[in-house]
Amino acid sequence: MRYLPLTDTDRRQMLARIGARDIDALFRDVPKAAIVGRDAFDLPDTKGELEVERILSRMASQDVAAGSVPFFCGAGAYRHHVPAAVDHLIQRSEFLTSYTPYQPEIAQGTLQYLFEFQTQVALLTGMEVANASLYDGSTATAEAVLMAQRVTRRPKAILSGGLHPHYAETVETVANLSSKVVRAPVTPGKAEDIASLIDDQTACVVVQSPDVFGLIRDLKLIAEAAHAKGALLIAVVTEIVSLGLIEPPGAMGADIVAAEGQSIGNGLNFGGPYVGLFATREKFLRQMPGRLVGETADAAGKRGYVLTLSTREQHIRREKATSNICTNSGLCCLAFTIHLSLLGEEGFARLARANHARASALAGRLSKIKGVSLVTPSFFNEFTIKLPKPAAEIVEKLADDNIIAGVPASRLMPHDPAMRDILIVAATETTTDEDCAAFADALTEALS
Amino acid sequence: MTMNNQGRPTQAGNTETTELPTISGATISGDRGLDHEEALIFELGRAGMTGVDIPDVQISDSRLGGERRKSAVGLPGLSEPEVVRHYVRLSRMNYAIDAGLYPLGSCTMKHNPRLNEKMARLPGFADVHPLQPESTVQGALALISELMRWLTVLTGMPAVAMSPKAGAHGELCGMLAIKAALDARGEHRRRVLVPESAHGTNPATAALAGFTVDEIPAKSDGHVDADALRAKLGPDVAAIMLTNPNTCGLFERRIIEIADAVHAAGAYFYCDGANFNAIAGRVRPGDLGVDAMHINLHKTFSTPHGGGGPGAGPVVLSQRLAPFAPLPLLVHDANGFRMIEDRAALPDRLKPFGRMCAFHGQMGMFVRALAYMLSHGADGIRQASEDAVLSANYILASLKDVMSAPFEGPCMHEALFDDTFLEGSGVTTLDFAKAMIDEGYHPMTMYFPLVVHGAMLIEPTESESKESLDRFIHVLRRMALEAKAGKTARFEGAPHYAPRRRLDETAAARKPVLRFKPKPLAQAAE
Amino acid sequence: MSETRFTDQHEWVRIDGDEATIGITKYAAEQLGDVVYVELPETGRKLGQGGEAAVVESVKAASEVYAPIGGDVTAANTALTDEPAKVNADPEGEGWFFKMKIADSGQIAKLMTKQQYDEFVKGL
Repeated sequence: MRYLPLTDTDRRQMLARIGARDIDALFRDVPKAAIVGRDAFDLPDTKGELEVERILSRMASQDVAAGSVPFFCGAGAYRHHVPAAVDHLIQRSEFLTSYTPYQPEIAQGTLQYLFEFQTQVALLTGMEVANASLYDGSTATAEAVLMAQRVTRRPKAILSGGLHPHYAETVETVANLSSKVVRAPVTPGKAEDIASLIDDQTACVVVQSPDVFGLIRDLKLIAEAAHAKGALLIAVVTEIVSLGLIEPPGAMGADIVAAEGQSIGNGLNFGGPYVGLFATREKFLRQMPGRLVGETADAAGKRGYVLTLSTREQHIRREKATSNICTNSGLCCLAFTIHLSLLGEEGFARLARANHARASALAGRLSKIKGVSLVTPSFFNEFTIKLPKPAAEIVEKLADDNIIAGVPASRLMPHDPAMRDILIVAATETTTDEDCAAFADALTEALS
Repeated sequence: MTMNNQGRPTQAGNTETTELPTISGATISGDRGLDHEEALIFELGRAGMTGVDIPDVQISDSRLGGERRKSAVGLPGLSEPEVVRHYVRLSRMNYAIDAGLYPLGSCTMKHNPRLNEKMARLPGFADVHPLQPESTVQGALALISELMRWLTVLTGMPAVAMSPKAGAHGELCGMLAIKAALDARGEHRRRVLVPESAHGTNPATAALAGFTVDEIPAKSDGHVDADALRAKLGPDVAAIMLTNPNTCGLFERRIIEIADAVHAAGAYFYCDGANFNAIAGRVRPGDLGVDAMHINLHKTFSTPHGGGGPGAGPVVLSQRLAPFAPLPLLVHDANGFRMIEDRAALPDRLKPFGRMCAFHGQMGMFVRALAYMLSHGADGIRQASEDAVLSANYILASLKDVMSAPFEGPCMHEALFDDTFLEGSGVTTLDFAKAMIDEGYHPMTMYFPLVVHGAMLIEPTESESKESLDRFIHVLRRMALEAKAGKTARFEGAPHYAPRRRLDETAAARKPVLRFKPKPLAQAAE
Repeated sequence: MSETRFTDQHEWVRIDGDEATIGITKYAAEQLGDVVYVELPETGRKLGQGGEAAVVESVKAASEVYAPIGGDVTAANTALTDEPAKVNADPEGEGWFFKMKIADSGQIAKLMTKQQYDEFVKGL
């Protein structure tokens, strides 16, 4: 078999040195009743590359790739153009097939790019310190809530109604036994009054901006209200490119930023792998979960990088760890770092402007259609419209015409009747005029 | 004849002499041959430069809610050639499985097939959004379904939760399912039994899930003390968390007896599946009485480690726990595949405990893992497990006379040594490991498990040829013999030949510098 | 006249009237290696005998420090935040961790004397 280098001769020689009669002798600790033969598994035999390619290609070709049709889905995952150099570089053996950098002398490549990544995340979010990534934005948000509970020693977490419902559900699942998670009302296109919910039992307020409907929120006001009661503000960002055009949470008083980095360097990938960004104030450093890379020097005086402050982590603190996390998002961080390095200050700013321009033009166009109204007065590259018919039906109809028309809010909030006619639409630098025209025409037709 | 008029020498040099001219000390550039030093991206680059050409569009502020960015981000600007060179140079400072053996116990550093990378990049898998209309992603859903089938058949378990993003995330999923099952029974059991040899994620996960941790000692033969375990069972014990094969590389002989006792006491059996590579295709955890087990796709099923991630940790579940699997659930009916994301759409018997993360899980890793499984087949997976166990035992048999193995073989897929053989030599496990770097090897797992002193855990995997194993054995034998004979020069201050010498981790922890900060202008001008 | 006593968890406690100063012993500091961080209790905290009072961290390990006797924390050695190396340099002097007002002086007699502690360490 092409991936197994041992020959039968090798195996015989190895058994001889071990002094075992056969391979079964090495499994002697396994209870007889538990050993099964090949025929216990209703699964096929070895296949060559050609056949595996055939099987998987056939599966993949059943799907409508986002790049092949007018495409407008967002709601937590965004389609951006990733330069060819990124995918090429992350496939270098030394990046793709290397292990966690626990032996820093032979892992400076990984450690240095993670140090660059940490710096980039801190700069983007306007915060003092960032970690070397968590799994994704939703688990980063949950970790932020747990951290706020540790730091303030208070139980309550208040979640804005504009927080992505999957993120809210993740927080509710993971927040510990003694905590109370309160969800503020959902008001598409409006900033809810979250300040009045904050009390002296509140550990944190979690606000997403731009929110799940695309609305840009004023985090300054909420930060002030939270701090006045001794609570922390956790700012959530699901579209990281927005920080190229909007004030970063750090400048608005956020204490922790939990974000999704997928938009930079990483494709849609049907939901994963993504990359969770996590940044906070220096004073909370030791309560931060996840890996951290620090600068130091080697015995010859050369600058180098190491994993540091490991005593927060599971392999040392065990049940007293800040979290149980072992992996970070490694290669996805690298893709993020490389893409952002290619963009640079100028490229990133232009990218953000291009996104907003596309979305503004599309919003203008769609809101002129009879029966369609724009719900979000402010937005970055994603906005919400109200239709005169259920949005889910319209999306299905347009899908038959090979247009992926965005995410119906009812998919994320199936029990809220007010969401029935609400459609969340995203446009990025990959969206063309032809795409927008096709969408507008098809929508007009579907609503007539 | 025509003459060589260029003046270029064509002789190799004076072959009479036996000395090669050398230079001592530093080169002018600080680089050496193919070994290049590389600055931080922030120290390179210039304002206004970019590696991506994007048209400059003007926009109006009117729809930004007054929140337009006021200050620059502070990112450096570089052209594409500069960025490519920077990251290529960084890559060359890394060891990788493509370049050499990783004997890392517990990590299963096997070969990462390139077919998997090609398949993961098919647009039908890579360029689809998790919230697209389901009629447009039937292929992706079919792939997830097929992977679920392989995982449940290989493990002999009826159900699998696909969304956990890593092994530790899968452990949390399993423990939360157990908590939900107990809550559904109206029982408030809060104690979890964990062997002292367990990986740190086990107690950390139990604590995160709201349980208290009670440790079970290991016996001197490396197996968990099953009698002590049974004695600790009681009406307040929610679960045990065992790794099998265990972290000493041994299969727990009394596993079925333990599982039966745990179930009789009303508790659940969580199995850490990190070591599944020893038994896949030969033993089914479902036959051992396991209630929940996470599978590290980046270990057993070859998805690349990527320098630390991403991983994926789907969790197989027993009949008892299946009803509590988290959202979303994949179903298949006359209309095709669907993701159920709303618990109200489920029959009463299904009670998901919640949601582990946004969307559906690590699709990119699912494609790679299924490509691996289809390539190997059940016969290939079985052969891979056998070769993994064979190779580890070959190493154990070849080294136990010069190194010290605390437990009599045979082992499973990993061989455990301790530092007894180094006693009196002045060489520690750490020194030994760092000297392996000079020999061109990544060190083995060191100081884990905690149950032996100065542990060295070696897992070769099935991806090594016999030549590779023999070479590794030869080098370790010589190193061990030298250490014991007092020839300690190669160990002192190792590594000597890596891109960096030993790094000062104390300074990094005392005064953490976690991001680049530009030097103040006054200093820079000097 | 101050008196210093020791625990089998390698803490020392120096008694001055009803005030006690607590730290870790030279042996413990050596075993731990380079100290990188110390997490100290807040002033006013009530500690029971044997209760977890502080955490001392090296690069690769974190160890709990337990209160040798019960009492109220009156001061913490905040100099250790910037200079954790003091714990290695002078563990039984400048590397002290915290002071407390003693609750029950009867607990002192049961602790080891220096001689007993040195014997204890020899046997490890």
